[in-house]
Amino acid sequence: MKGAFYWSVRRELWEHRAVWIAPLAVACFAFLAFMFALGLGHFAKSGNFSALPPAAQQQLMMMPLGMAASMVAITGWLVAAFYCLDALNTERRDRSILFWKSMPVSDLTTVLSKAAIPIVVIPGIAYAIAIATQAILLVIAGIGLRSGGADFATLYDRLPVVVMVVSFAYGVAVHALWYAPLFALMLLVSVLVRRPFLWIIVPAIAVQLLEKIAFGTNYSGALIKYRLVGGMTEAFAPGAMQHPITQFSQLDPVRFVTSPGLWLGLLAAALFLYAAARVRRSKEPLS
Amino acid sequence: MSAMPIIEARSLRKRYGATTALDGVDLTVEDGRIVGLIGPNGAGKTTALNAILGLTSCEGELKVLGRDPWRERDALMRDVCFIADVAVLPRWMKVSQALAYVAGVHPRFDRARAESFLARTSIPLGKKIGKLSKGMVAQVHLALVMSIDAKLLILDEPTLGLDILFRKQFYDSLLNDYFDGKRTIVVTTHQVEEIQHVITDLVFIRAGRIVLQSEMDAFEARYAEVMAHPETAAEARALGPLHERQVFGRSIFLFDGKDREQLEALGEVRTPSIADVFVAVMTEGNASARTAS
Repeated sequence: MKGAFYWSVRRELWEHRAVWIAPLAVACFAFLAFMFALGLGHFAKSGNFSALPPAAQQQLMMMPLGMAASMVAITGWLVAAFYCLDALNTERRDRSILFWKSMPVSDLTTVLSKAAIPIVVIPGIAYAIAIATQAILLVIAGIGLRSGGADFATLYDRLPVVVMVVSFAYGVAVHALWYAPLFALMLLVSVLVRRPFLWIIVPAIAVQLLEKIAFGTNYSGALIKYRLVGGMTEAFAPGAMQHPITQFSQLDPVRFVTSPGLWLGLLAAALFLYAAARVRRSKEPLS
Repeated sequence: MSAMPIIEARSLRKRYGATTALDGVDLTVEDGRIVGLIGPNGAGKTTALNAILGLTSCEGELKVLGRDPWRERDALMRDVCFIADVAVLPRWMKVSQALAYVAGVHPRFDRARAESFLARTSIPLGKKIGKLSKGMVAQVHLALVMSIDAKLLILDEPTLGLDILFRKQFYDSLLNDYFDGKRTIVVTTHQVEEIQHVITDLVFIRAGRIVLQSEMDAFEARYAEVMAHPETAAEARALGPLHERQVFGRSIFLFDGKDREQLEALGEVRTPSIADVFVAVMTEGNASARTAS
């Protein structure tokens, strides 16, 4: 029998359909934009495709594919953030917490199932949608560029497909782990206070302001920035992100798994989730 | 029969800041009982139920089915069901999803039974709960709860805001389709008259304390209401009634533990309603309330 955790995750997906609809909508938008660019002759402007040097061909193709994938991924992270700030708050606002608590499901199972959405489910969905989008765009490009003298085989040959697919999976996984403490903190805030959005944004700004006024420094700002974009710098070779990823050497998993930022973050995530479960135990409907 | 009571509470206390919600509640509920927990607003009914359900912590000793509800809520919920007022089912959920979810997480849920209950209603399974009428939502919740093979069912104002037809039907289903003499039910309601013939035990709670706990048989033997003749009113008053009220110019006295024959000499004697005794007990020792009523 599938357990309480499985059904708790399923019910989250029933309730929060934006989890897959939003990345899918963005993928459709990327698809339309790509068709539009193709129609306007974005590729034709570069002259005869087959006459270009291979490096230029590669760059011409990778740019839209990379953009489409990044847009889907970024949408996924935004949806995840909104989800977390809402997840343990709505059940109190609509009083359904009393129904959920009438079931033999522990607070920890509930909180972990909600944490699985931003840390596992959304990255997985975003990855699948992004890769599917890239595949579709590639096929369309192949058809579109035939007039420029390119055949599909050359096109495919120019692209480091395996590197792209693997490094994008790596990037998504890195960020899921890197952002885990942020999502866990948002879940904790969403169970603690009536207005989670306010309580996550205002303190983040206030701490920086106070530090600036009191000490003239901005370590807190640096810390926040590190948590927001540090995953990139820790997980990829220095300077690697300035170019599209075409080689595995641009990835640096060893540095990532040995970075204190990752493990301190995961420890914080575990503490926040445990605290969220403890707090939920005594929470009643907001009314 | 069974040695262990279903609910055993000893000097439960709960404070919210300056207000005391529970002020030393002692309560024992044996299995197979249907207990009505009656009290005015703010008397501590919901707090008491929340403590029993593990939704709130409290001081004192509390065991429900031998477990500490606050520490073991999830394990306890395999054997305990509750409906905490009507509108707690998630509005975004489809009825079919509610069935699938409960079937997934609850080991004692009989989905076929719930479906057959719902088949007797006009509720479409594909509809969202938010789109159903209040009465229908209550039917869905009742169908879910009645299909769980629980030992204890807690109902906190289960019929609040429902129309009279549905309220009647609610208790009828509960008695006919659910209660089998082995389960235990604890119910709170303001509609006291609805449960008078449903419950086996009565508990009055006032200001966080239990002021009366009685089996219904004993309750009916203990309390008597006399509609006194005008000439016997003074005599009746001299017997020390619990409560006196005027109806159409005649005095109605409520007596506690007085001899029936003695009372019959004063006028017509009948069993009072829970509501009448409730009013008398709640205003007891409150002189201004007594003269006002």
